[in-house]
Amino acid sequence: MSAQNSAAQNPDAGGQSGDRQVHILQLYPRDMNIYGDFGNALVVQRRLEWLGYEPVMHTYDPGDEFPKQVDIVIGGGGQDSGQDKIHADLLQQGERLRSMVEDEVPMLMICGLYQLFGHCFETREGQRIEGIGAIDVTTRGTDSRLIGNVVARSEEFGEIIGYENHSGQTYLGSGVLPLGTVIKGEGNNEQDDHEGARYKNVVGSYLHGSMLPKNPAVADFLISNALQRRFGEELSAETVAERIDDTLTDQARTTAVKRPR
Amino acid sequence: MLSVLIGKVARGVSRIRGGGGSAFPGLVVEKLDKNFLARTLKRLPRGVIVVSGTNGKTTTTKMVVELLEGQGLKVFTNRSGSNFTRGVVASILGEVNLTGRLDADIAVLELDEAHAVHFVKAVRPNYSLLLNVMRDQLDRFGEIDTTAALLRTIAQHTADGVTLNREDARVRAIADSLEGQEVSFFGLSEQLRSHFPSDDDLHRGAANQATDLPEAGVVLEELTEGGGTYRIGGEQVSTQLTVNGAYNTFNSAAALAVVRQALGESVDQVALIDALSRVSPAFGRGESLEVNGQPLDLVLVKNPSGFRLGLSSFSAEGVSTMIAINDNYADGRDMSWLWDVSFESLRAQGVKRVTGVRAYDMALRLKYDAVPFDAVEPDLKKALDEFIAAEPERPKRVFCTYTAMLALRKHLSEYTEVEAFA
Ligand SMILES: [Zn+2]
Repeated sequence: MSAQNSAAQNPDAGGQSGDRQVHILQLYPRDMNIYGDFGNALVVQRRLEWLGYEPVMHTYDPGDEFPKQVDIVIGGGGQDSGQDKIHADLLQQGERLRSMVEDEVPMLMICGLYQLFGHCFETREGQRIEGIGAIDVTTRGTDSRLIGNVVARSEEFGEIIGYENHSGQTYLGSGVLPLGTVIKGEGNNEQDDHEGARYKNVVGSYLHGSMLPKNPAVADFLISNALQRRFGEELSAETVAERIDDTLTDQARTTAVKRPR
Repeated sequence: MLSVLIGKVARGVSRIRGGGGSAFPGLVVEKLDKNFLARTLKRLPRGVIVVSGTNGKTTTTKMVVELLEGQGLKVFTNRSGSNFTRGVVASILGEVNLTGRLDADIAVLELDEAHAVHFVKAVRPNYSLLLNVMRDQLDRFGEIDTTAALLRTIAQHTADGVTLNREDARVRAIADSLEGQEVSFFGLSEQLRSHFPSDDDLHRGAANQATDLPEAGVVLEELTEGGGTYRIGGEQVSTQLTVNGAYNTFNSAAALAVVRQALGESVDQVALIDALSRVSPAFGRGESLEVNGQPLDLVLVKNPSGFRLGLSSFSAEGVSTMIAINDNYADGRDMSWLWDVSFESLRAQGVKRVTGVRAYDMALRLKYDAVPFDAVEPDLKKALDEFIAAEPERPKRVFCTYTAMLALRKHLSEYTEVEAFA
C-alpha cells in the first residue's frame, strides 16, 4: 500500500497521545482488494480527518501481528486465488473476529470477505469452504455471474449505489437482516431481492465501486459507531453537514443511478 | 475458389452500404468454407505470429509488423482493427488474389484474448506474443485468472515459439504448462521494475516481488528522454522512439523479443533498431496533436496500471490537465478502478477540467485525494472548448478512456488536423 498510503502510519501508538485517534484496519488488502476496496478505507480516513479526528491506518495480511487497537474493520473482495491465500489465516482469526463482531466493532465486508464472514461457501462442485460464521449467511457458487450497476433501497441508509461482480450467491439466515432491497441489479442472489446483510455493526455487501465514496451514509454509520464505542461521543447529522461538503457525492450518485445495468 | 470470389463481392457490397467494417464479408466466407482461414494462412512461408493480452496489443502488433517490414519481409496484418476471427477473414479477403493466395511472407495478427482461443483452434500459429493480464477485463470475463487461462490456451496451441512477459506473474507462469515450444521472455531491469507496478504489486510492495525470474532475451534497461535502452541478447542498445510513454517503451521490448524469436539468427539488428525508432503509435493509443501552437497529448487510460503509468510517465509541471472518464461498454462500466489509482502527483498543479459521463465520480476521487480542480463539465465538447481556452499558452494533456478519446478526437478536428479513423 506504500504508494497510496500517505496517512498517519503509527501502528499501535496505543493510548499515549492519541485521544482523538481512531484505528482503522484493512483486512487482507494484499489478496482481497481487487475492486477499489482501498477507496473504502480512504473515505473513512478522510471523513475522520474532516471531522477533526486522527485516523490511524493498519493493514492485516496472513501471518501479520493483529493490531491491538481496532475501531473499524474494512474487508474487500478477491478472486478465487486470493481467497485461497487468506483462507487458513482467516479461520485462525475466526474466534477473534467473531468476538469483535459480537462486541459491536463496526465493520464493512464486501464481496469475498462478506461471503467468508458467513457460515460457508459451497462450490459448484459441491466442495464446502468454511467461513468464520460471524454472520448468519451462506453462499453457493453458481454458473451465472451477476455483473453490473446496482441500486438498492435501505431504511437505514437510503438509496445504496454500487456495482456487483460475483458468481457466488448468498442467502440470509434468520439471524441477519438484508442491507437493502434491490431496485436495479441482482444483489445477494437471483432468487430474492435482498442485497447485503446487516448484523450488530457489520455491513456485508456485494457492492463495490467503491461502496463508501458514493454511500457516505454507510461510512458515517461505521464512523459514528466507532466514536460511540471509543469516546462515547455522538456523531450528529448536523456535525457531518457542517464539516463535510457532500455536493459532489450527490452529483456522482445522480449520474450513477441513471447508468445502464 | 468460389468462396474467395463470393467473399470479395460481399466485401464490396458492405463497403457500398457504408459499413466500412469488416465482420459481414468474413461471416459469409466463414459459412462457405470453414477451412479458408487455415488454408490461406498455412501457405505463408514464414507462418503466423499472434499478439494477445489485455493491454497494448494494437500498438505492439504495429511494432512487430514494422520491425518485420524493416527486415525486408512482406507482412499481412489485420489493420482494420477488428481483431476477431471474422475480422481476420475479412482483412485477408481484401488482400488475396482470386486463387486465394495471400501475397505475404508472414502474418501478424492482433487477437482479442477471448476470440483468440477459437482462432488458434482453427489456425495453429507459429509464434505467439503474450503481453499481460490486467484487470480492466474483469467485468467482461469475471476474473483475471480466467483471462490468464485464455492466454495459456493460445500458448498451448502455438507450434514453434512463445514469447512471454516476465514481469507479469500470470503470463510468466504460462511457461510451466508448455511442452516442446521454444519459450523466450522479455522483461524489465531491476531498477525499472518499481516504475511499472502491477495490480498485484500495488498491494505487495517491492519486498514481495519474485526474485528467481527467468533470463529474458530482451530487457528494457532504462527509460531515457524520448526513448529507451535495451539489452538485446548480450548487447546494450539505446534508441530514440517515436511512440511515447513508459508503457510503449516496454511494449517495444516485447516486439523485439518476438521478432528475434521468429527470425532467429537471420535478424539484422541495425535495421531492427532503425525500424523500431520510427514506429508511430497505433490510432487512438495516445497521440500528440498541436492546438493553437501548443502540444496537446491524448493519454489513453483504461485500467489502474495504465492510469498510474500515464501519471508517472509524464510530469504534471507546466502542463494543463484534463481528465475524461466515460463508462460505456468499451470503457467498462465498473468505476471501482479509479480508486486503485493515486492522483497525488496532480495535487501541486491541479486539474483544469473533469469531464465525461462519469465526471462526478472522477471529481469525487480527486476530492478524496485532495487534488484541486477548476470545474466539472460532463459534456466533452464544452469541457474541451473551455480547457483549450483557459490557458492558451500552456501545453495540454488529457487523460481519457477509450470512448471519451474517440469523442474528443472528433471535436479536436475542429482545431487541428486529426488523422481519420480508418
Ligand atoms: Zn465478488
